[in-house]
Amino acid sequence: MGKAWKFGDSISTDLIAPGRYFHLRSNLPELTKHVLEGARPEFASQVQSGDFVVAGENFGLGSSREHAPTIIKVAGVKAVLAKSFARIFFRNCINIGLPAITCNTDEIDEGDELELDMEKGVVRNKTKGKELDFPPLPPVMNRILQEGGLVAFIKAHKSLEI
Amino acid sequence: MTGKTLSEKIIGEHCGREVKAGEVVIVNVDLSYVQDGTGPLTVRRMKEMGLEKAYNPKKTIFFLDHASPSPRMELSNDHELLRDFARKAGITLSDVGNGISHHNSLEKYACPGDIIVGADSHTCTNGAIGAFGTGMGSTDVAAAIALGKTWMKVPETYLVTVNGRLPKGVYSKDIILHLIGSISANGATYKALEFTGDTISDMSTAARSTIANMSVEAGAKAGLFTPDDETRNFLKAMGREEAFRELKSDEDAEFEKRIEINANELEPLIACPHLVDNVKKISEIGKVKVDEVFIGTSCNGRLEDLHIAASILKGHTINPNLRVIVTPASRRVYMEALRDGTIETFMDAGALVTASGCGACDGVHLGILGDGEVCLATQPRNFKGRMGDADSFIYLGNPAVAAATALTGEISDPREVM
Repeated sequence: MGKAWKFGDSISTDLIAPGRYFHLRSNLPELTKHVLEGARPEFASQVQSGDFVVAGENFGLGSSREHAPTIIKVAGVKAVLAKSFARIFFRNCINIGLPAITCNTDEIDEGDELELDMEKGVVRNKTKGKELDFPPLPPVMNRILQEGGLVAFIKAHKSLEI
Repeated sequence: MTGKTLSEKIIGEHCGREVKAGEVVIVNVDLSYVQDGTGPLTVRRMKEMGLEKAYNPKKTIFFLDHASPSPRMELSNDHELLRDFARKAGITLSDVGNGISHHNSLEKYACPGDIIVGADSHTCTNGAIGAFGTGMGSTDVAAAIALGKTWMKVPETYLVTVNGRLPKGVYSKDIILHLIGSISANGATYKALEFTGDTISDMSTAARSTIANMSVEAGAKAGLFTPDDETRNFLKAMGREEAFRELKSDEDAEFEKRIEINANELEPLIACPHLVDNVKKISEIGKVKVDEVFIGTSCNGRLEDLHIAASILKGHTINPNLRVIVTPASRRVYMEALRDGTIETFMDAGALVTASGCGACDGVHLGILGDGEVCLATQPRNFKGRMGDADSFIYLGNPAVAAATALTGEISDPREVM
């Protein structure tokens, strides 16, 4: 279980991993100290392992920088929940083994206690006593996520064939 | 069976069978590249995968363009890591000073009908010559480099038809800003955009590349143009006419949506802070004082763009209350601008010209914005904090708007000075 951190629409990769920390990209622990700084400056220092990032439309728009989802994961975030995701960000999440869940995040408020059940495809909002369904990932992405991301997948199979 | 879109044709050729939009397929990749912001992580991922060799080293490029030359020790070390790995793996290195990946790709490597994956979201710029270029993250590109393949969903296509003659002071930048403003920053997420019509046929490859480049700002996976005589002439000028091939959507291809734009009715447009789809007519934005004008980037850093700006600045001096930074997209553009006097025009006017590369666009160096500062840039993005301080403001416009603004010190309509 973890707590919901609410964000609005159009959270760009420049808000998640700002260009002013470009030089820290090969130092992920340091870069993680600035995760989502552009959107909520207090987030990086207060987020707890197992918490959730909960946002509106088009989360992760902008740059292809995989550092954005990576530092969200390194910060201990269990999953990112949004009404919709930008394409490259979504794919990056799955590749690094960070669940990116598309659901109606209007049903979640700041601080709600959430539980993610990937198998059943539901987010349980313990605070509100509600369950939110989410659609299954396309089979190829589901398989990559289940195997722990694309690096683990390729290490195991030496191929992309699924 | 109905006809095929450009995307369906290109992707089908790369997986050895006919495909339709919506299918997930594994495709052969013709060209893979990374840049210095994403490349170090790609190298790390290749090592983690236990695959340290490139499947096709000659068609794998490491571009050092974002921090070019390096302004910090950490980045110098990243550059060394990329140079060293490239040397050992036989990968082609495009070192600092050679300029932006996507423009080097158009000049030297990309061919119509190719599938190109780059660890940079603006890899869709390659669509200007009919190559299916798409941006991915470091891990995806690591796999593509090592295996020569990637997986992708065949995108549905939106056909964008642009007819009419662009009025004075209005350029391809305004066409794509108009489109993004109309359909929104996620209006084409997961889709391919295909551009056609009289206005597009009459357009240079440089102007097309501005539109292809910003397709991702509407969420699109690719922004494609039909290779035509202009494409052939462009490739010929780059010394590689043999790369040309004809390829186009079938008459009866299925397009998920059709969008029409009348070029005659367009005005210079501005994307206001802090989102690219916050598009307004220049006549509607009021008085906006500017601290920095930035001309360049993968979106508007080609010779044609520099010519547009220089023609307005020629014989004038920039407003003393701002700085004007010009960053040519590639070494080739820089050299041509040097030879034809364009660089001299900028310098005479009081602008400064940097080494070619991505420049100030993503807040690494060469024009970082301070607290409260305002920039008018020809770049593709204006997200909050992108160019430096979290409380700075980025407005996007065409190169003529940039030059007019440079003269007055506030965002200005180029039609008044042309």
